[in-house]
Amino acid sequence: MTVREGLLHFVLLGILVLLFFVVSDYHDGNWARIMVLAVYAVGYNLLFGYTGLLSLGHALFFATGMYGLALPIQHLGFAPVPAFLSALVCAAVVSSAVGFLALRTSGVAFMIVTLMFAQAGFLLSLYAGRYTRGDEGFVIPQSARIIAGIDFSDPTIRYFAAFFVFAAAYLLIAWLIRTPFGKCLVAIRENEDRARMLGYDVHFHKLVAVILSGTVSGAAGAAYAFLFGYAGATFASVQYSILPLLWVLLGGAGTTIGPLIGTAFAFYLIDFSSDLTTAHLLVVGLAIVLLTLFAPLGLAGEVRKRIVGWLP
Amino acid sequence: MTLLSTRQLSKSFGGLQALRNVDFDLERGRIRALIGPNGAGKSTFVGAVCGRFRVTSGNVIFNGNDITRLPAHHRIGLGIAYSFQITSVFDRLTVHENVALGVRRHLKANQERVNKQVCAALDKTGLRNRADQLAGDLSYGHQRLLEIAMGLGQNPQLFIMDEPTQGLAESEVDAFQDLLQTLCQETTILLIEHNMKVVMDCADDITVLNFGEVLAEGPPAKIQKNEKVQHAYFGTQT
Repeated sequence: MTVREGLLHFVLLGILVLLFFVVSDYHDGNWARIMVLAVYAVGYNLLFGYTGLLSLGHALFFATGMYGLALPIQHLGFAPVPAFLSALVCAAVVSSAVGFLALRTSGVAFMIVTLMFAQAGFLLSLYAGRYTRGDEGFVIPQSARIIAGIDFSDPTIRYFAAFFVFAAAYLLIAWLIRTPFGKCLVAIRENEDRARMLGYDVHFHKLVAVILSGTVSGAAGAAYAFLFGYAGATFASVQYSILPLLWVLLGGAGTTIGPLIGTAFAFYLIDFSSDLTTAHLLVVGLAIVLLTLFAPLGLAGEVRKRIVGWLP
Repeated sequence: MTLLSTRQLSKSFGGLQALRNVDFDLERGRIRALIGPNGAGKSTFVGAVCGRFRVTSGNVIFNGNDITRLPAHHRIGLGIAYSFQITSVFDRLTVHENVALGVRRHLKANQERVNKQVCAALDKTGLRNRADQLAGDLSYGHQRLLEIAMGLGQNPQLFIMDEPTQGLAESEVDAFQDLLQTLCQETTILLIEHNMKVVMDCADDITVLNFGEVLAEGPPAKIQKNEKVQHAYFGTQT
């Protein structure tokens, strides 16, 4: 990692720490949510932004993480740490299975297959309503959200827990894309056939990318359920497959900082516009159209293209 | 010593038989040109050698091992490099990274050795001073050279070049010929080429394909005089 890239990561994470002390409690709550959702976007970005695989089924991984944590806590009396591990294992297993099958296809077919798997997962969460309570979802009681005496429903604790999860995911991907493995993913995105004819096992690399991306997304789902105390089938719906794509596109696909920027941008866009009008989705839609027209590479992507060429 | 052989190699695409029982032997350290009219099966043949698709029947033997069933990336890993007929570089990556991708695959993460080998490949192809440019910004001729550099970076035992001089200016072709002469000291080259001057000047041996079959094989002088070859190319009646 070059010095300036290390500095960028340090400054970005530093800002997130400082933010807590600067902004109001209301925004602290927002940013805790943004950071957890940004973990989801970071996971999505690995597959879409760096590997060039467009999945429309990531809600499956997010929800797998969410239920992988929440169900064992709710029904099996798991403590938070084993429940989080269970979420990671579930997400890894589900993403391996989806990757194994979906990667037999490519392009549009890959999008459709992942979408169908996610829909199957969504329907399954409704079907198992006896345990998941379907759309209505269920609340994880405060008593179950305590690790070593620390109450994770407390706003301060929650903010910094969200920060640590985000920092871990962010640095993991920032490191990964600098390894030969990560560079091969970029090569596959740029020209798959060429990467194969340079001797890379393209299928294997893509499969690992799906698994890593799915597991990081699952970690986001688990963190969301744990920190905000709720798990529901809405998070498995198609909307939650589209959202990370939107965040990554807005922020800049294939940039390390893009997912956070895109998530925060979309979050506050909805937040502000719903203050102005009940037709807030119209404002959001307009913003997306404008960005696609004038900044097709996303916010960080345009910055990289126009100003800071070395942006990772 | 034989580096590459094929035995009874056949490939059909639907009803079209692109290769028909091709027996082929390539000695180590030679430059072999593969020529033939359009549609003769040249690209299909090297595609079959590299594993870009499955053959219908027959065998490919590389370094004494049967590699017919190996996937493409595995064959490349054994020491075959392939440069594309239609320029296929990573447009949005730097020239350096384009070559480094090939080098890294066999040298792994040793940054210093990777850099050294990348620079060596760029030096040979004269692209060193363009290392930081995006490959997509290079002129066509330089992109062709980058294809060669990417192959060289892999340190191949066998370097397959599919029409490397296609679309190059005459001066660039001359430079390429010089490059080819230096490369043949390090690696074995299988060259698909339409430019007869390059073929006649550089190749030690020539294999002529026509309708998916080997029509003739031998040193340039002999091939030039071969009536069957003349007939295939010019349609002259003998």
